[in-house]
Amino acid sequence: MIPELGHFALALAFALALAQSTLPLLGAHRAEPRLMAAAPALAAGQLLAVLAAFAALLWSFAVNDTSVLGVVQNSHSAKPLLYKLSGAWGNHEGSMVLWVTVLALCGGAVAAFGRELPSALQARVLAVLGMVAAGFLLFILLTSNPFARVWPAPADGQGLNPVLQDPGLAFHPPLLYLGYVGFSVTFAFAVAALIEGRVDAAWGRWVRPWALAAWSFLTLGIALGSWWAYYELGWGGYWFWDPVENASLMPWLAGTALLHSAIVVEKREALRIWTVLLAILAFGLSLLGTFLVRSGVLNSVHAFASDPMRGVFILALLMLYVGGGLALFGLRAGALSPTGLFAPISREGSLVLNNVLLCAIAAVVFVGTLYPMFADLLLGEKISVGPPFFDTAILPLAVPLVAAMAVGPMLSWKRARLWPVLQRLWWAALLAAGGALLCLALEGWRVGPVLGFAGGLWLVAGAAADILDRVALFRRRPFSPLAALRRAAGLPRAAWGAAVAHAGLGVTLLGLAGMGLAQERLVLLHPGESAALAGREYRLDAVRDVIGPNWTAREAQVTVLRDGRAALVLRPERRFFPVGRTTTSEAAIHTTWLADLYVVLGEERDGGAVLRLHHNPLAPWIWLGGAIMALGGGLSLSDRRMRVSAPVRAAPKGTGNGSRGEAVAGT
Amino acid sequence: MTRKRRRLYLLLLCGLGLGSATALTLTAFQDNLVFFRSPSDIAREAPPPGRAFRLGGLVEAGSVTREQAPDGRPSARFRVTDGPTTLTVTYTGVLPDLFREGQGVVALGRLGPDGVFRASEVLARHDETYMPPEVADALRRSGHWNPSQGAAPPAGNWNTMAPTASRSGS
Repeated sequence: MIPELGHFALALAFALALAQSTLPLLGAHRAEPRLMAAAPALAAGQLLAVLAAFAALLWSFAVNDTSVLGVVQNSHSAKPLLYKLSGAWGNHEGSMVLWVTVLALCGGAVAAFGRELPSALQARVLAVLGMVAAGFLLFILLTSNPFARVWPAPADGQGLNPVLQDPGLAFHPPLLYLGYVGFSVTFAFAVAALIEGRVDAAWGRWVRPWALAAWSFLTLGIALGSWWAYYELGWGGYWFWDPVENASLMPWLAGTALLHSAIVVEKREALRIWTVLLAILAFGLSLLGTFLVRSGVLNSVHAFASDPMRGVFILALLMLYVGGGLALFGLRAGALSPTGLFAPISREGSLVLNNVLLCAIAAVVFVGTLYPMFADLLLGEKISVGPPFFDTAILPLAVPLVAAMAVGPMLSWKRARLWPVLQRLWWAALLAAGGALLCLALEGWRVGPVLGFAGGLWLVAGAAADILDRVALFRRRPFSPLAALRRAAGLPRAAWGAAVAHAGLGVTLLGLAGMGLAQERLVLLHPGESAALAGREYRLDAVRDVIGPNWTAREAQVTVLRDGRAALVLRPERRFFPVGRTTTSEAAIHTTWLADLYVVLGEERDGGAVLRLHHNPLAPWIWLGGAIMALGGGLSLSDRRMRVSAPVRAAPKGTGNGSRGEAVAGT
Repeated sequence: MTRKRRRLYLLLLCGLGLGSATALTLTAFQDNLVFFRSPSDIAREAPPPGRAFRLGGLVEAGSVTREQAPDGRPSARFRVTDGPTTLTVTYTGVLPDLFREGQGVVALGRLGPDGVFRASEVLARHDETYMPPEVADALRRSGHWNPSQGAAPPAGNWNTMAPTASRSGS
């Protein structure tokens, strides 16, 4: 019964989304307050319906209702509850329900927190969100019903793929989707602005929190996914330039560009056309990511059972939304005349450089990800594009980006002089050069690590220099740390956020550089034998059997010795899952924060065991940096100016539409 | 600075960004595209020496031997087949958990002068019924398997087995 209710709730949500995508648009066009006021109510209704459907799906998985096809294929009664629930979105149908749930949450948030928006703008934004929701709800209802029943019901399910049974992966998809779908709100704002024909500072101020929130979640989601790949897949790698990873990286790059260009719109009312275009592109790339993952067109470990109908449907949705957005852009962009003069060397100029480079990187990733698909379709040639392609093509673009990143925030708006800023960054440059030289001296000429250490130190020190400069710690006489501290407390949170996020990228770069120096050794050891790696001895003590809740395993006990003394014990496992008849490797990882000791148990032969030993310097910093970047986004988001309710525009200057700025009594 | 001048700068910058991205992509493509080849493809036309490519097929049953590389590292030697042709592969490292005889496999590596494929990477697939699409395609091209007639036959008798219906019909 509950699954049928869930299915019905989805259909109801579709009907509400249809109404939400038409009525408010009509109302905004005719300046009818009552129709416009229907938008938040409809968004709330749609949210309730979708939440009910999602709850029904979770319930089906929680009680292991084996008459539901999705449960049979992806769950098993012997699984811990967390993985039963995460199994709900660990498959195609369930993940699409999660997608529309997050979309409905965004719509609800626009309805709830957007009361300060001019009602016509809010109505149009919600209408566009309604269109997106309607398309995806129709997709679920027509091609991927998560509540399909099977009869007769089997005794138990077939289990979830063991590598997906992991806390990291339980939270990775929701975070990623919060990011992807968050860009649907900026897309809706862009389309609404195009319909209205106006983009001003206020628009920039409304769009920026959404871009920031979406970007922060996407950053966390990508970092979590990368971390999961590192500790769960047992290859010792963290990023494989797999198409599915690229699918999440492209919206991240476009979103990062959007985040920065929205600043220019807000502060200077410049780059307006470009920002609108970026908002459309960021959402387009999010949809493309969904298409790539969900349609199964990719030859990748993530590929789900491929169903051409689904792929065609998502492709149609993608063309409809992005094509429609771009067509509207082509028609209406002329109405947004360029404004805001600035010199090439200025804060605006540096943000333009940021946008150009980020978009160039996104374009490279785009081509590298999609070219194999086109080569297969058009030339019939099976090609893959691996890490070397991305490394060689992206590095030359990333170097100027990182170099400019520390300088940009210290330039003044409109017109700036480069030399004084560089003077204030001398110690950051010295530190970066020192890091590069140290790496050169210790490890020899290796491009990645040398540039990585230099760039990472440059960014961290540059962010610190920016903050020190703003609080004028060393410039004011007499030298007074207390006064500087007071000034630091008074700095806008957005300034802190930017510095923290930039430093976070620096930390990630340091981690990447460290991983560039990783050492690996493959050995066949018999119990009692040992092997040396990076100044440590790894001794295999024994291999024994272990039994877990839904698996059995062979577990090796490896003692790590330093200077002849036992320092710690690592226990890598090879797990066998009887339900899915699959084997997984559980790497044993010990982190000292300066390096990860990482041991994988391979096959056993001749009374010994094959061990893969990794020494990964600074590895945890990669994901730590991601978390710091997201924290910076959060800090920036908590800035008072971000809250639209802040008294910045006491008197709405709307005369264009008659209804603009009118109190929305209906909500 | 005039508006025109500023626009010129912007366009120049964008052109520079796009141009360098295109140039970088093209040069990187030249060296780093990795083609997929089946054993029959290689028998027909050997790839340029030293060029990395991906090899796919089924692991021939009974062909896997474990040995030790000269430096004491564990390695494995096995044969990959697509029916008409087989190719010997050596790999130094831990084989993926789902590596089995008789199952589809994709390996990245180079062809040595002795005609032995030296794999630097053997791709792991997380599903034992999963057949890499390129391998399925290679098997279809060699005429040994029609996917619409069910799962692939066991690799053990691929070389001795009479050609399947799709061939005898012609």
